[in-house]
Amino acid sequence: MGNTLAEKVWDAHVVRKGEVQGAESQPDLLYIDLHLVHEVTSPQAFEGLRLAGRPLRRPDLTIATEDHNTPTWDIDKPIADLTSRTQIETLRANCKEFGVRLHSLGDAEQGIVHIIGPQLGLTQPGLTVVCGDSHTSTHGAFGALALGIGTSEVEHVMATQTLSLKPFKTMAITVEGTLKPGVTSKDIILAVIAKIGTGGGQGYVLEYRGSAIRALSMEARMTICNMSIEAGARAGMVAPDETTFEYLKDKPHAPQGEDWDAAVENWKTLVTDDDAVFDAEVFLDANDLEPFVTWGTNPGQGVSLSQAVPSPDDFADENDKAACERALEYMALDAGTPMKDIRVDTVFLGSCTNSRIEDLRIAADIIRGRAKDPDIRMMVVPGSARVRLEAEAEGLDQVFKDFGAEWRFAGCSMCLGMNPDQLAPGERCASTSNRNFEGRQGKGGRTHLVSPVVAAATAVRGTLSSPSDLDPLPPATTGQHDDVVVPSASNAA
Amino acid sequence: MEKITTHTGIGVPLRQSNIDTDQIIPAVFLKRITRTGFEDALFSEWRKDPNFILNQEPFNAGSVLVAGPDFGTGSSREHAVWALKDYGFKAVLASRFADIFRGNSGKQGLVAAQVAQDDIELIWKVLENHPGTEVTVDLVERTVVCGSVTAPFQIDDYTRWRLLEGLDDIALTLTHEESITEYERSRPTFKPKTLPART
Ligand code: SF4
Repeated sequence: MGNTLAEKVWDAHVVRKGEVQGAESQPDLLYIDLHLVHEVTSPQAFEGLRLAGRPLRRPDLTIATEDHNTPTWDIDKPIADLTSRTQIETLRANCKEFGVRLHSLGDAEQGIVHIIGPQLGLTQPGLTVVCGDSHTSTHGAFGALALGIGTSEVEHVMATQTLSLKPFKTMAITVEGTLKPGVTSKDIILAVIAKIGTGGGQGYVLEYRGSAIRALSMEARMTICNMSIEAGARAGMVAPDETTFEYLKDKPHAPQGEDWDAAVENWKTLVTDDDAVFDAEVFLDANDLEPFVTWGTNPGQGVSLSQAVPSPDDFADENDKAACERALEYMALDAGTPMKDIRVDTVFLGSCTNSRIEDLRIAADIIRGRAKDPDIRMMVVPGSARVRLEAEAEGLDQVFKDFGAEWRFAGCSMCLGMNPDQLAPGERCASTSNRNFEGRQGKGGRTHLVSPVVAAATAVRGTLSSPSDLDPLPPATTGQHDDVVVPSASNAA
Repeated sequence: MEKITTHTGIGVPLRQSNIDTDQIIPAVFLKRITRTGFEDALFSEWRKDPNFILNQEPFNAGSVLVAGPDFGTGSSREHAVWALKDYGFKAVLASRFADIFRGNSGKQGLVAAQVAQDDIELIWKVLENHPGTEVTVDLVERTVVCGSVTAPFQIDDYTRWRLLEGLDDIALTLTHEESITEYERSRPTFKPKTLPART
């Protein structure tokens, strides 16, 4: 019997097989190729090393950035919030002491930890990647086994470059067909989570496959893998292919010369064998998908944009019924309201789910030449300083500014509101991030998870919308971009 | 982690069940960036009450906490164990522990000794009638001794072995350091390195 992609990557990293003691097998010791570090989950790990007098084993496989606490305005001024400032300053001191490469606020490579790994070409197929952050699953888009870990494990990796892990189960998520225009990979993953539930992936590594996944860009694949965690999974993966190699080629840390050839040869073997068996399988038809949005307070509470807010009576399960009731109350929504009638106050385009250059291009293409709804506040927060620079070189910043959006500096920002970017109580937001939990974007804030496409169209109309709801642009104002108002499936996806 | 074979210290009777991690250390302390210095955070709400046992001599110098059943329920915060250790506790005796708390204790070198509730009651009486009585926790024999009371306790073999050897997770892994180094030698050269920086 053959192996799945996840099993292949796992097997290639076993330093020591777990012994079987009685009926129970001990965890395997796995080697870690890349350790990503940020300010929130690392201080106690560094201190643990210091207390035990242990060195950091592989600074050359470790990289740090500042993202969760960093402000997105006035980045040249001292950070006002004391806890935030202390965390950042502690990271700086720790990185200096232990010889860790750090990209600080103001540096061209600073940004959300899950954006900078791929952007620097450090995230590569077949690697084991860990970070003290649940959305480490993002890196699985390259065919890496990428896991979020806790602070004790962060220290363990720092000291030993390994982790003790028990094998996971594997689940295939097969998406066949072609996405309609305006439908993106965000809609795929929201539909997957609505289908299998926020606990459906528990104990599994998900592998996304099928023609619809193959057709996606790397950016779009990252969006999907990013939210594997919202389905409860340990990790998500996509097998590497020409799209992956193309993306990596010439990235700063991509292998060069002979190493590149050796790497690609190795990467090509990282596919699930035809006769491999998954522990579970899920199928989705891409042709049927529509833009997907959430109405509730967990990422599984979503519907197609053309549908209405569900009623507790729509759920057979008592728990789901109660959850729906609670969510509607928190979200201040009435059952039966068409999703498209929901008015929002703020549009947030950002987070490690959707803040890469492609996401900004897609949104800019929709708003270019259009006017923002006057009551909407739109925040555009590039995922990294590099993405911001790239966008500015393409003139996207001007498109956003002309539209009336705030063009900010890179970081996690309103994804979790650890910095000043927060919703006010009762404020409603269409957000391209990944979590719509109560209070996630600010105490009392109400979050609807959406794709960048829906975010942009919503900023124009003021209510949750897709580009097909927008009035066509008059010919005179469309300029050179009249052909890309609605992104096609291939570039939108 | 220090090796522990046996520990003797002043016992602190805490007659309460279901002491959850929010009582042991409230969430506000989780914002700290250190791993030590949590002694002031331990039971911080209860310690505002001058009558609380840890505000009284000689219990304020205690190192063996004797608590009611279901100690350490609630969140998974490792800070709860840090706070107990930083205060000076080496062992907690209770008839039931929350699983995660028990696991975290084993990792951090705090003995979570499971003692039958009848024996806990006897120990409480001794400690209350004779404040300052010492409790001996003998990991080798798996017994606790307090005054005239001698009682067995339960702790799983693996955790006991780690405590006796003073092995934390990292130290355990480092016993396989040779295998790690050997693995490193076989890693392909095309695998990425973060240093030197290329941008
Ligand atoms: S953008 Fe949001 S989800 Fe991503 S790492 Fe930052 S806080 Fe976490």
